[in-house]
Amino acid sequence: MKISWTWFHRWASPRWFFQMGGRLLPWISIPTAVLMLVGLVWALAFAPEDYQQGNSFRIFYIHVPAAILAQSVFMMMAAAALVSLVWRIKLADTFLRVAAPFGASMTLLALVTGAVWGKPTWGTWWIWDARLTSTLVHFFIYLGIIAIYSAFESRTTAARAAAITTLVGAVNLPIIKFSVEWWNTLHQPATFTLSEPPAMPTEMWLPALVMLLAFYGLFAVLTLVRMRAEILSTEFRTDWVREYLEQRHVL
Amino acid sequence: MWWQALKYELILAYRRRGELVHPLIFFTLVCTLFPFGVGSDPQILAPLAAGILWVAALLATLLSMDLLFSQDFSDGALEQMELSVLPFYQLVMLKTLVHWLFAGLPLVLLTPLLGLLLHLPVTQVGVLMVSLALGTPTLSLIGSIGAALTVGLKRGGLLLSLLVLPLFIPALIFGATAPLAAARGEMPLAQFLWLAALLFLAATLAPLAASLALRMNINDD
Repeated sequence: MKISWTWFHRWASPRWFFQMGGRLLPWISIPTAVLMLVGLVWALAFAPEDYQQGNSFRIFYIHVPAAILAQSVFMMMAAAALVSLVWRIKLADTFLRVAAPFGASMTLLALVTGAVWGKPTWGTWWIWDARLTSTLVHFFIYLGIIAIYSAFESRTTAARAAAITTLVGAVNLPIIKFSVEWWNTLHQPATFTLSEPPAMPTEMWLPALVMLLAFYGLFAVLTLVRMRAEILSTEFRTDWVREYLEQRHVL
Repeated sequence: MWWQALKYELILAYRRRGELVHPLIFFTLVCTLFPFGVGSDPQILAPLAAGILWVAALLATLLSMDLLFSQDFSDGALEQMELSVLPFYQLVMLKTLVHWLFAGLPLVLLTPLLGLLLHLPVTQVGVLMVSLALGTPTLSLIGSIGAALTVGLKRGGLLLSLLVLPLFIPALIFGATAPLAAARGEMPLAQFLWLAALLFLAATLAPLAASLALRMNINDD
């Protein structure tokens, strides 16, 4: 079987990505907006109350998608870091630079919504639970990657440093997760467990699924918009950027 | 070839011993600060002592990481090493090893003395030293990645700590819980084995990542 490599090469070109991304943008952003709106109204107003937690569990419709995004964005970043280091594809660096702040904000959102939920339910804003602790460490790793971009003057060096750090972080995250769990079980017997109801009714998890899709959509839209802006600023010397800006009467 | 490189590193580290004493002084100072912070009551200090010593040793290792590549980077010796017949990552590993001998091992040897100041129970001294001896090389190896990444920066120290401190957590967990297990009268074999596993993993992967990062900084200017 012959794989058409030209397809990959085309998508690796900043110009092609910029143009196709611009064309794709409305096709992603409109469904995302619809999903977000439907999901939020459904989850916050119409989904049934939890028989134990009442209305306070509704924050999970934000918390769970944010926590899932926090992890999967890092996976995508690790893949992009590998692509950047092995094949030196500039777009992978652009993705890394743009995705890191998004991933960090999702991690922070997960931590904050978790704390807000924890106060009425557990009676405390924070406990050194295994999952909470490793999410906090995850957040620090995101912050380290973001800090690289402001520390290095040269864009290419910053991109390489960020790629190396992301890969090192990706190797370490499972170790950190495991060791934190080990530490946690050793120190304090599980006082609080996130007791998941054995079977969630459909009308409860369906809005969660909609919210998850909406969050992925939001990630796609924001990444696309910011990657296009990044491409404009890194490729500003090329003719096609000049032409584009002249058409838009910016120059 | 290998021995020559080792000899070179040892001589260099020996000549710089004045600078390498600084982390040790820092280690001592941090440990002295704790009685002022939490109170000098032996009953408060004794259960905390092992943890304090571990965190202080970790911070001292972090502080010493700045010295690992900076001089060889600024005088160009690192570029020559990159061109050497020996694989670059092996030289990086060698440098880290020698650095640990001069900056990490003294921390381990100083621990009983500082343990005395912090009322560390006698039963925990041996275990703490073993856990530090197994743990601090891991810290140095992980730190070498951060040092390699930030070597070209003017004020890389702060970024170095941001990058490296979260990665120190597993070693700290296994290292600091070993004396606690000893305090309960258990043999902390699990902790030692985990620390050794972390050490082997770090020794395999960290020099590769650090040499990659150093190449990046060498080719930058």
